[in-house]
Amino acid sequence: MQDSVKPSGITPSQTVGPFFKYGLTPNGEYAWNDAFTNSTLTPDVTGERIRIEGRVFDGDGAAVPDCMLEIWQADAQGRFADPQDKRALPNASFRGFARCGTDKDGNYAFDTIKPGAVPDPDGKPQAPHVLVAVFGRGMLRHLYTRIYFSDEAGNAADPVLALVPADRRATLIAARVAGQAVYRLDLRLQGGEETVFFDV
Amino acid sequence: MTFIYRTDSNKAHPLPLSPEYKSSIKRAPNKALIPMRHTLSELTGPVYGHETVREGDNDLTTQHAGEPIGERIIVHGHVRDEDGRGVPNSLVEIWQANSCGRYVHVRDQHPAPLDPNFTGAGRTVSDAAGYYRFVSIKPGAYPWGNHHNAWRPAHIHLSVFGHSFVTRLVTQMYFPNDPLFPFDPIFNSVPDEKARARMVSSFDLENTQPEWALCYRFDIVLRGKNATPMENH
Ligand SMILES: [Fe+3]
Repeated sequence: MQDSVKPSGITPSQTVGPFFKYGLTPNGEYAWNDAFTNSTLTPDVTGERIRIEGRVFDGDGAAVPDCMLEIWQADAQGRFADPQDKRALPNASFRGFARCGTDKDGNYAFDTIKPGAVPDPDGKPQAPHVLVAVFGRGMLRHLYTRIYFSDEAGNAADPVLALVPADRRATLIAARVAGQAVYRLDLRLQGGEETVFFDV
Repeated sequence: MTFIYRTDSNKAHPLPLSPEYKSSIKRAPNKALIPMRHTLSELTGPVYGHETVREGDNDLTTQHAGEPIGERIIVHGHVRDEDGRGVPNSLVEIWQANSCGRYVHVRDQHPAPLDPNFTGAGRTVSDAAGYYRFVSIKPGAYPWGNHHNAWRPAHIHLSVFGHSFVTRLVTQMYFPNDPLFPFDPIFNSVPDEKARARMVSSFDLENTQPEWALCYRFDIVLRGKNATPMENH
C-alpha cells in the first residue's frame, strides 16, 4: 500500500454528534452487535464489586440524554490491563474499560470493581480513581475527568486532587450510598458546580 | 514510564466553545481545564483486538439480505502517531448516514428514506503496520437545525483508541471538494486550515476497483509520545 504525503500534526477531534448510539453504545436498542458493555466485570476479577452511577447536566441544569461516558481503570491491585504496564497481571481477563450512553434523563451507570492505588510519576500512590472520557452532541472534543471515592482516606494526599482548588474537589468524588456498594456522582458540563476537567 | 504525550498537539482540536455550533454553548465548560502530569492511568489504555470484531464488520454493504442503495466506496488508510509510527491492532469504529443522508437512529427526523439493507455501523482493527479498510456506501449530506438552511457535508464518524487513554480520538472523515465546507460550523470549529484539511479524505484512483467501487484514503494521526519532530519521508 502506498503512503500518501504525511501531514504533520494530529487529526482534529469532531463531535460524536447526536446519532452515535446505534454504532457505539451498548444495550441493544439497535440491531448491531455491541463491542462493549457498561461493565468491566469478568468471572475471574477480584476486588469489591461496585456500581458507579449518576446523571449528566448541561449549563442550564438540564439532563443530557445524548452523552457517552467511557471509563478506564486499574484492577483492585492497582494494575492496568495493558502491556505498557509492566507489572504482573493476575486478573487475566479484566480489561478495565467500559462504555455507557446516558438515558433520556441523563442517567449513566457502570458495574465495576473498586480500583487499587496507582503510582504517580514520582512513585507515590494516587488515591483509587477511575478515568472518565465524556463525549456528546455539542462537545467538539471529549472531556477528561476522574472519579474518586468518598470513603478513601488517600484522597487527602492524592497529587492530582491537590491540583484542584479545594472548593471544586467535591465534583470529582463519588459519594457512597449508605448500606450499598454504590457510588453516586453527577457530572455538570458547565456552570457553578461545573465538574473539574483536566487538560491532558 | 517516563515519556509524556505532548499537550501542544491538542492545539489542532477545536476549542470546547464554538458559538457558531449552537449545541456547544451550554455544553462547553466555562472554567479552564486543569493541567496535570500524565500518570500510569493516562499513559495506558484499553487494548481491544480482533476478538472484538466479527468477520464482515468492516463491510457495511453486506450486513443485510440485500445490497444497500448508493455509491459503493472503499475507505482505507493508515493509523499512525505524529512521530510517523504505525499504530497496529487499534480498534477503529465507524458510523454514518445512508446514501440519502438518513441515520438509522430513532431521533433522526430527516424525511429521507431509510434503507432496509443499511445499518451504517462498522468496525475493524488496524493491521500489524497500522492500516485499516472499510467497504461502505457514500453517505448523503443531511439537514440539521443549527441555523437556517444548515446542511452537514457528507461525513463518516470515526472512533479510534490508539496506545493510551489520552490518544483517544473521535472525529469525522469528509470527502474532497465538498461545497458545504464553508458553511459548516462543525468542520470550521477546527481553527487551523491545515488541521481542517487533515479531516478530508483524498480520492484514491490507484485503489479504486474497476467496475465496482471508488476508493478514498483517510489517514488518522494520533498524538505521539516523544519530542522527535515529524519526519516527511
Ligand atoms: Fe453525522
